[in-house]
Amino acid sequence: MAQALIDHIDPEAILLGVNADSNEAVIRQLASRLEALGYVKPSYADAVVKREQTMPTGLPLGLAENVAVPHTDPIHVNKAGVGLAVLAKPVDFANMEEPDEAVSVGIVFLLAINDKDKQIEMLQKIMGTIQSPEALAALKQAASVDDIRAVLS
Amino acid sequence: MARQKTILFACGTGVATSTAVNATVTEAMKARGLTFNAMQCKATEVASLAEGVDLIISTTPISASVTVPIVKGLAFLTGIGKDKALDDIEAELRK
Repeated sequence: MAQALIDHIDPEAILLGVNADSNEAVIRQLASRLEALGYVKPSYADAVVKREQTMPTGLPLGLAENVAVPHTDPIHVNKAGVGLAVLAKPVDFANMEEPDEAVSVGIVFLLAINDKDKQIEMLQKIMGTIQSPEALAALKQAASVDDIRAVLS
Repeated sequence: MARQKTILFACGTGVATSTAVNATVTEAMKARGLTFNAMQCKATEVASLAEGVDLIISTTPISASVTVPIVKGLAFLTGIGKDKALDDIEAELRK
């Protein structure tokens, strides 16, 4: 049976109302959570931050607050998972396709991927969510992990 | 029947967004009656792999030295311009 996106996201790796001044701060908050939960290695956070500087992951959706999907090489990952941060105020990520452009981001999916062939469905679910303005608006409104679960189930 | 074409899917790590784009394009082309060989790679590997493929679909910028046709993959992540990108891919596959 197909799994919902929420089944791929550890409830402990969902952060709501995140106050951060930079994309690096958001990535480090989420990465430390994924590390504490055993999904990623201690090298993961630095690797994601470094990669974001050269190969950014901001996705321009034509919205006031858009989405970013930071991630890095599988060697820094123990097991597949996703961290989700909903930000109290948006931070800038660079545009994946036009790295010189900034994208204002309000929702961050931090991806821990170790076997792409097994994580196709998870990635497609994330992209499906990103392409739904209704789902994104509901995530922004979420006051609890249960609210998030309702959107992503 | 024409030779099966090869599409190279590229992204920063070769595992995340190129996987999602590959899956989406494969499904959409199947619906249009088209199949192709799929390869995936990191953006840094494109220049060395470009020879021998018919089309590159990338979510990250590709070096201008690559002469193979390129379709931008961001449309499949954001949903914006997706139909146009699919039409472009279909046109390349039917060449």
